[in-house]
Amino acid sequence: MPFSLTNPSYALPEMLMLGLALTLLLFIAFTGKDKINWTYALTQLSLFATALVIVLTMGEQGLAFSNTYIKDSLSDVLKLSICLINMLVLLYSHDYLKDRGLLQGEFYVLVLFATLGMMVLVSASHFLTLYLGLELMSLCLYALVAMHRDSFIATEAAMKYFILGAIASGMLLYGMSIIYGVTGNLALADIALAIDSGMMNNTVLSFGLVFIVIGVAFKFGAVPFHMWLPDVYQGAPTAVTLFLAAAPKVAAFAMLIRLMLDGLGGVQDAWQDMLIMLAVLSMIVGNLVAIVQTNLKRMLAYSTISHVGFLLLGVLSGTAEGYAASMFYTLVYALMTLGGFGMILLLSKQGFEAEEIADYKGLGKSQPWYALMMLILMFSMAGIPPLAGFYAKLTVIKAVVDVNLIAVAVIAVLMSVIGAYYYLRVIKVMYFDAPEQQLTVQVSAPARIMFSSNVLLVLGLGLFPGSLLALCITVMS
Amino acid sequence: MTLTDLPMLSLLIWLPIVGGLILLMMPAEHRAIRPVGLLTSLLTFVVSLLLIIGFDSSTHEMQFVERLSWVRAFNIEYYLGIDGFSMPLIVLTTFSTLLVVIAAWEVIKDRLHYYLAAFLIMEGMMIGVFSALDAILFYVFFEAMLIPLFLVIGIWGGPNRVYATLKFFLYTFLGSVFLLLALLYLQFQTGSFAIVDYHAVPLTLNQQIWLFLAFLIAFAVKIPMWPVHTWLPDAHVEAPTGGSIILAAITLKIGGYGLLRFALPITPDASMTLDWLVIMLSLIAVVYIGFVALAQTDMKKLIAYSSIAHMGFVTLGLFIVFRIFANTNNGYGEVLAIEGAMVQMISHGFIAAAMFLSVGVLYDRMHSRDIYAYGGVANRMPIFTAFAVFFAMANAGLPGTSGFVGEFMVILAAFQANFWYAFLAATTLIIGAAYTLWMVKRVFFGEIANEQVAALQDVNRREFFMLASLAAIVLLIGVWPDPLLSVMHASVENLLTQLAQSKL
Repeated sequence: MPFSLTNPSYALPEMLMLGLALTLLLFIAFTGKDKINWTYALTQLSLFATALVIVLTMGEQGLAFSNTYIKDSLSDVLKLSICLINMLVLLYSHDYLKDRGLLQGEFYVLVLFATLGMMVLVSASHFLTLYLGLELMSLCLYALVAMHRDSFIATEAAMKYFILGAIASGMLLYGMSIIYGVTGNLALADIALAIDSGMMNNTVLSFGLVFIVIGVAFKFGAVPFHMWLPDVYQGAPTAVTLFLAAAPKVAAFAMLIRLMLDGLGGVQDAWQDMLIMLAVLSMIVGNLVAIVQTNLKRMLAYSTISHVGFLLLGVLSGTAEGYAASMFYTLVYALMTLGGFGMILLLSKQGFEAEEIADYKGLGKSQPWYALMMLILMFSMAGIPPLAGFYAKLTVIKAVVDVNLIAVAVIAVLMSVIGAYYYLRVIKVMYFDAPEQQLTVQVSAPARIMFSSNVLLVLGLGLFPGSLLALCITVMS
Repeated sequence: MTLTDLPMLSLLIWLPIVGGLILLMMPAEHRAIRPVGLLTSLLTFVVSLLLIIGFDSSTHEMQFVERLSWVRAFNIEYYLGIDGFSMPLIVLTTFSTLLVVIAAWEVIKDRLHYYLAAFLIMEGMMIGVFSALDAILFYVFFEAMLIPLFLVIGIWGGPNRVYATLKFFLYTFLGSVFLLLALLYLQFQTGSFAIVDYHAVPLTLNQQIWLFLAFLIAFAVKIPMWPVHTWLPDAHVEAPTGGSIILAAITLKIGGYGLLRFALPITPDASMTLDWLVIMLSLIAVVYIGFVALAQTDMKKLIAYSSIAHMGFVTLGLFIVFRIFANTNNGYGEVLAIEGAMVQMISHGFIAAAMFLSVGVLYDRMHSRDIYAYGGVANRMPIFTAFAVFFAMANAGLPGTSGFVGEFMVILAAFQANFWYAFLAATTLIIGAAYTLWMVKRVFFGEIANEQVAALQDVNRREFFMLASLAAIVLLIGVWPDPLLSVMHASVENLLTQLAQSKL
């Protein structure tokens, strides 16, 4: 089939992002370090412009570039949230990077290219575009983790991330090649048609499926493919941790939906069992191991693993409502994670990373407002109403109850009780322990205001989850 | 326009919450903190009194109903309404919170505005629990309530507060997640989150048993029933006086209320099949925990154990109805059992609040809860001793106090179920008297034990007012329980018809 340039306008946001990222690359090549604030402003502007274009072109749906590219309401919503999340990430991390001498043009260029990769991934309807987007994103992330090159722990994290990420990509690629071998197609829609015809060799198909699931699980950080996640989260500069904890999970969710639903929906029975295993193990391991952590970044990393387990619950239910629940969970998770790592960034200053849980002693006395924000975040992550995290858990658990997977639901609720323990411990440190040092928040006013709005949104979504939930349901049906 | 047209319940829920949020934003040590707290709780209490006036006790139908769509995608509603079970509990809540605010007046010195805010927000949530008719709305209030209580015990509690509050939170959270699963499963069966729809849905015995067990875990932890009671003594001992009052007066009642609202009407057949389990646990609570109370030397711990024993009467009253159904057919014993359980809940709310308040009065002066640190208090605090002895008598179930009414009704009903139930339950009259009066003897009577006791001052006007109002109510319900009974009568009859009908 010859390649045709049909409907190029569907990829307008990506083209814009590419153009802006390249412009920025030229800009930093020809300006000195003193123009770094311009670089920052231009990056924010690029993300904003892209978000604007996404909003303006919303509603059109269809395939482009010989069916390798899809634009639908799912891709619109996810791309928009990725841009907005990354804007917040840059805002929160600006002062952190400045304090540590990490404020370099390359950071922003890499962020923009990674964002571009996420957007391509979200819109992929073909194995090649999917892989292209994934690798563009991942390579930028590897470089970002390694950015603090004098830090031993960051370099180690980057090495681990790179090697394990490369293995995951290899697995994914291997799985894709097997699926291609069976179905003779690379486009997801054609693969779905081929599987539906029932003429395929199921054994080989399942064999390929296993590798694809492993690849996806690696990117998500689902147990037992989670080993990289705690080390990377802890080792990377907090600004980078924030970046790679939030938006890439949204992109990974899109990848999961595209692959499992659009492409391999015909073998749902096969991947459902695999996802159940991944989800249950992630919830158990994530929550149990998080209990013993003393480093907040590492604790949040294990909490991420458990959130991934919960997130998978919706997808594995195999119903439209379940997919919507997972999407809701992903977006709420991104908001909570932004808040969680954002808090670390807010409190850290030169020579003080604020990443040990013990660093938060007495925050309730010294910074009552920010302690309250952290309290909301922790209770939300634990799934206590009336906060967004409760509805996220409610929807995914409802999804598995509705398909009669009661045992999975029981494990999920038990694990959320265990999870509550380590979130409560952070609250305990903040409110019940006496302060040992004066904690201050020195970041810029916009960052503080946006951080507070971000957390209050978590509360607001807990009180009125209806519209976001309805949006997810519309997108997924 | 009548009272019933106004959104009374929303007012009751949101008035204290808004007041609490205002307090949260006020600067510490502001002059207006105490007035704002008092005014909010007083206003809420007055509104709840209007509820009594507007309440029609001739019907079991839900009253003051408010119904709005909340989360349309899942058909979750903001659905409120009260009947004869919830109305008295709401008034108990508003009254107890008022007490807590007054009790904190001079006593809480550290971040008083947060303390009052926590209790006011909690008040709104507890009223929400008692008036929610949508399962998810109920669950939201039921869970959200844990947050302020967790902080109250953890911030203003005693030396071992962190352990106690974590244990309290995790225990109750563990129970309630099973409730959430049960509610979701019922939604899966009915397609709705309205509790009244749950009441009507037919369920097989097997389904009912699983649901019943989930409900039982959730509410047994709250009540608390033996053997999941261990969090309560810890929480009570470490909690500040206000926390103890709310714990004993309201949160324990939420467990009993949950059984009434969910377990009994939704799973009547499972309740009948497994009533032996609840009866057994209740009797263990009454007898065994009574003996445990006897051995305590910490006053708060003693009252905490006595609370567990008293709540045993509530669960006993609720679950002997099936035996009475089987034995007699006069339609009298069942009513006695359920109403006795309800009266016991209300009465225990007041008496336990009074007991914890009395311990608070002593603790504020001596900073000790150890019985042996006292002795001869009556010589120095005669007025206080009069009140304390009266409440101790009420706690022991002396006729003429509210403590007698509930226990007597349940024991009387138990005779129609099985003689031995009644016999074992009646032992509480001896054990209860033993542990309460023995404590009174050691603390209040005898020679003045030490110099600290010799230096004690009698109650001030604030404390006198609180103790006197509680004593008046305890006495009033004790000699004239009729108004309370008539409020709930229609709802009790309705519950009994629901219980008599098999859902199979």
